[in-house]
Amino acid sequence: MKHAQQPDILPGTVGEGLAQRGISRREFIKLCTTLTAMLALPPSMASAMVEAISKARRQSVIWLSFQECTGCTESITRSHSPTLENLIFDLISLDYHHTLQAASAEAAEHAREQAMKDNNGKYLLVVDGSIPMGNPGFSTIAGISNHDMLVETAKGAAAIVAVGTCAAYGGIPKADPNPTGAVSVGDIVKDKPIINVPGCPPIPVVITGVLAYFLTFGGIPELDAQGRPKSFYGETIHDRCYRRPFYDQGKFAQSFDDEAARQGWCLFELGCKGPVTYNACATTKWNDGTSFPIQSGHGCIGCSEPNFWDAGPLYKALSMPVSATASMLGAAAAAGAAAGVAITWHNRSTKSAAKAAHEKVTVEELKREENEPS
Amino acid sequence: MSHLDLLTVARGDVLNWALLLFIAGVVLRLFEIFGLGRKNDLARPRAASPGSGSRSIATRSFPPEGMLKRDPVTYIGGYVFHLGLLVTIFFFAPHIEFFRSMTSLVWPGLPTALIDASVVAAMVALGVLLAHRLNNPVKRMLSGAGDYLAWAATLLPLLTGYLAYHHLLLEYTLMLALHLFSIALLLVLLPFTKLFHAFSLFISRWYNGDIAGKKGVAA
Repeated sequence: MKHAQQPDILPGTVGEGLAQRGISRREFIKLCTTLTAMLALPPSMASAMVEAISKARRQSVIWLSFQECTGCTESITRSHSPTLENLIFDLISLDYHHTLQAASAEAAEHAREQAMKDNNGKYLLVVDGSIPMGNPGFSTIAGISNHDMLVETAKGAAAIVAVGTCAAYGGIPKADPNPTGAVSVGDIVKDKPIINVPGCPPIPVVITGVLAYFLTFGGIPELDAQGRPKSFYGETIHDRCYRRPFYDQGKFAQSFDDEAARQGWCLFELGCKGPVTYNACATTKWNDGTSFPIQSGHGCIGCSEPNFWDAGPLYKALSMPVSATASMLGAAAAAGAAAGVAITWHNRSTKSAAKAAHEKVTVEELKREENEPS
Repeated sequence: MSHLDLLTVARGDVLNWALLLFIAGVVLRLFEIFGLGRKNDLARPRAASPGSGSRSIATRSFPPEGMLKRDPVTYIGGYVFHLGLLVTIFFFAPHIEFFRSMTSLVWPGLPTALIDASVVAAMVALGVLLAHRLNNPVKRMLSGAGDYLAWAATLLPLLTGYLAYHHLLLEYTLMLALHLFSIALLLVLLPFTKLFHAFSLFISRWYNGDIAGKKGVAA
């Protein structure tokens, strides 16, 4: 049975919401402790998080979806700690989200405008999907181009979370030849703090963890050079992979699901991009900590890195050339041979010419020189 | 340009051009060397010397009597460096994958701890050999800019590979890209500098042994 036990419950705060829903303080502390651990914060921050979030007003969040596949939303609906339900009802006020909101048409757009007006300068803007710059008509919402909606909504935002590789770096729409002229949120918005949460899709707990951080501290976590929170993207998949010891032993699976792969041997030779991919898959895992792609037998494709679609074939080992082929090298050898023949011909011609130009000196000529008075 | 983009360029166009120049350069130099030819030796051999060239290849791979004691740094340093380099190039699993992609040949790799030791040994040997080269008056006099360039071009792939593997100095992806750039530099320089001894070594050793044998000098 759940009991509301929060002291000092203030009206209109998250704490009040929790009390109304019968969430016990113990349960809330457990949630904050989990988030603290995920964010790599000191354990003492858990109690600070409890206090901060309890007293905070539910954060207004506007979620814009542009050129995307809804995979990021699919991902967040599978978050387990906090669950999406926890997140929406306890921590945030998701005022606008195409897929999850009940309202449609003008009512939906009105919800966005109202949230922007009521929380000007305070709301959190979440974006998934890239923005087409080739033609505004490539992707519109209520007749508004993605670019215009982003610029308009970003103006009053306290911060922006670019969820998914499309929003963070352009993703698959930006992949060569980029037919829509897709760009990332960061390519357009320059005057707001942006947290990139890349992944195709991102790990659910990473999305919710970042939102929880913002609610607790009112700011953005420490980011790496790619704008990603270091607490989740600080290490490579490879360095945290349970198959890593086999890499060090030189033991590699040769094909998908062979005996070696089942024994946990490394998937590097099958094209795993774990060594150059910064993400938390190997530690937080997916589906309530059940597994992650490498554990299910497929190499990492590097989905949280910028332009990973164009970073060479997915199934070529990282140490293999992207496009060099044996026939290319054969052609180079032929060209070298042709040049070698040309140089040999030149050298021999020079030698022959020197031989032909050589004038023999006779003994008489030398004697004549000796006898001539100097 | 992100670090991954840089790595993709390094694994792509840069490596392609380096490989093309390397292969074309090596074939060109071999044609050039063999194309020069030698005059027919009209003198009757002083002694029958079948296999003298091949024997020289083997015997000259070991120091002549007393030389190891006279110049241990050059010999031991040379062995350690070359063996370390060969083990690193040909027995590190990711490197074998590279060769497999180009030749379809595959062979077993060694654990990374052994490769790590080989790299360190090769780099230390390179450092010692450079110090010896600078401190030994004869070696210093014989050395030119090309020798120091060859030394640096050989060290860089070892160093960047080591730093990348251990996540030192720079972020891994960036260091891996630098590793590939340094390999591209080495590949381009190899056919046109003294580094070409990787290919010409046994040719010249065979020729010297063969001609010496004909002159009556045992290999």
